[in-house]
Amino acid sequence: MELKELFKEGKFVVTSEIGPPKGWQIEKSLEEAEFLRGKVDAINVTDNQSSVMRFGSLATCHFLKDRGFEPVFQITCRDRNRLALQSDILSAAACGIENLLLLTGDHPKLGDHPDAKPVFDLDSVSLIYTVKKLEQGVDLAGNKLEGEAPKFCLGAVVAPCAEPLDPQLFKMEKKINAGAEFFQTQAVYEVDKFAKFMEEVKQNFGTAVPILAGIVVLKSVGMAKFMNENVAGVYVPDNLIEELKKDKEKTKSGQTGVEIAARLIKELKPLCQGIHLMPLGWTDKVPAILSQAGLTS
Amino acid sequence: MLITELKPKEEVIARTKGKVLLIQCEGCREVFFPAEQVNKFKQELKNSTTITDDITWDYLCNHEYTKIRIENSKQKIMLADSIIIFSCGVGLQVVSNLISKPVFPGCNTLYVNGFQGLTPNQCDCAQCGDCFLNYTASICPITTCSKSLLNGPCGGAKNGKCEVDKEMDCGWEKIYKKLESLGRADILKGVVKLRDYTKVI
Repeated sequence: MELKELFKEGKFVVTSEIGPPKGWQIEKSLEEAEFLRGKVDAINVTDNQSSVMRFGSLATCHFLKDRGFEPVFQITCRDRNRLALQSDILSAAACGIENLLLLTGDHPKLGDHPDAKPVFDLDSVSLIYTVKKLEQGVDLAGNKLEGEAPKFCLGAVVAPCAEPLDPQLFKMEKKINAGAEFFQTQAVYEVDKFAKFMEEVKQNFGTAVPILAGIVVLKSVGMAKFMNENVAGVYVPDNLIEELKKDKEKTKSGQTGVEIAARLIKELKPLCQGIHLMPLGWTDKVPAILSQAGLTS
Repeated sequence: MLITELKPKEEVIARTKGKVLLIQCEGCREVFFPAEQVNKFKQELKNSTTITDDITWDYLCNHEYTKIRIENSKQKIMLADSIIIFSCGVGLQVVSNLISKPVFPGCNTLYVNGFQGLTPNQCDCAQCGDCFLNYTASICPITTCSKSLLNGPCGGAKNGKCEVDKEMDCGWEKIYKKLESLGRADILKGVVKLRDYTKVI
């Protein structure tokens, strides 16, 4: 079912994501998606994630849709100017892709083509504004579109544990005003901080815009430390790092990461309208996480 | 001063509050300065707003000179709630760094091939032709943000530093902090901003 409908019904929404391959043979990614069949409401497809050139997000969404999944087309402003962005969004409409996640995108310097031209002709806010225009039957320049206007469910992102939080909230407000209909968050490990963020959201924007808390499965101590050093708005507390350290075999097999993720989901569930899992290649572990969290039988 | 044009009046006064001080730059005006339009505009402002003073200095972009002048005019400056500057983006940023009051541009700085102004300066102006300093506390999002974003921070900064370089400050965090310190964080909640690239080509 379409995400929009699920939000309307007030269902606790569960999404996950897959990253397309570095190559054109997409079968493996589609097989990965099979672990999620019947377990999640929608699957995000990342767009050249971390600025690493890969198979396209739009084509992957198309293949997922063909196989009966509900895709969320992630689109960044890093690689396309306003013409290409609008063109791809119209193409998505024709492929029956209804859910978009509109992002600014990482800088190309962080990826495998650091010498590439950073485009950023639009940013996440102006991209949401642009899609809203398309939904009104005109393009960004005001030219009329032929035929029926496309209809989408527009997602955006926010980092709820970022410090300082205020710049995040002001940008979130701009995204809501531009037309964002739901939010997926950066990885959450600090439930208290997330609760405070949700309180701010409630005070400032009410409860009309659903928030899906982001869950990144912890694979190792090194990964946790790397995120603390390098990933904006993410902090893995010491007690979770200790838990990963305690039983090396259990952590290596993924069991610790699954347990932590399931526990976080249980704690976050009363606070928000859904969760978005970012398994980073560990999609096969998603069913165990959801079952331990009590979201699936 | 680089080559400038007058900003639309409604844009200049959209965010000013209370009593206004006008500062105009006369440095390198032999290159080009829309003197006639600026004078007319100033007259209109004087008829509609409380203007505390109308100052003309040369080479606002020269940090040392400007610092001394500001020091000498401290009392006049303290009387104003907002300051409008008629100069290029560099001059405006220098003044803004020296005064803890909201500073707004009266001009857009136009792109000129091969001409980068006369005073070497830490403040950079991209000569984008559509000055955004009026809502970013005079910190340029085009030159201080690695992605030149216009609608807020990307979420990639960690501990105030940009995702592309741990030595580089996040321009948007600086903008936010400065607006907050001026009590004007409301300015950021405005409309969606888009670049107009016809002005640089």
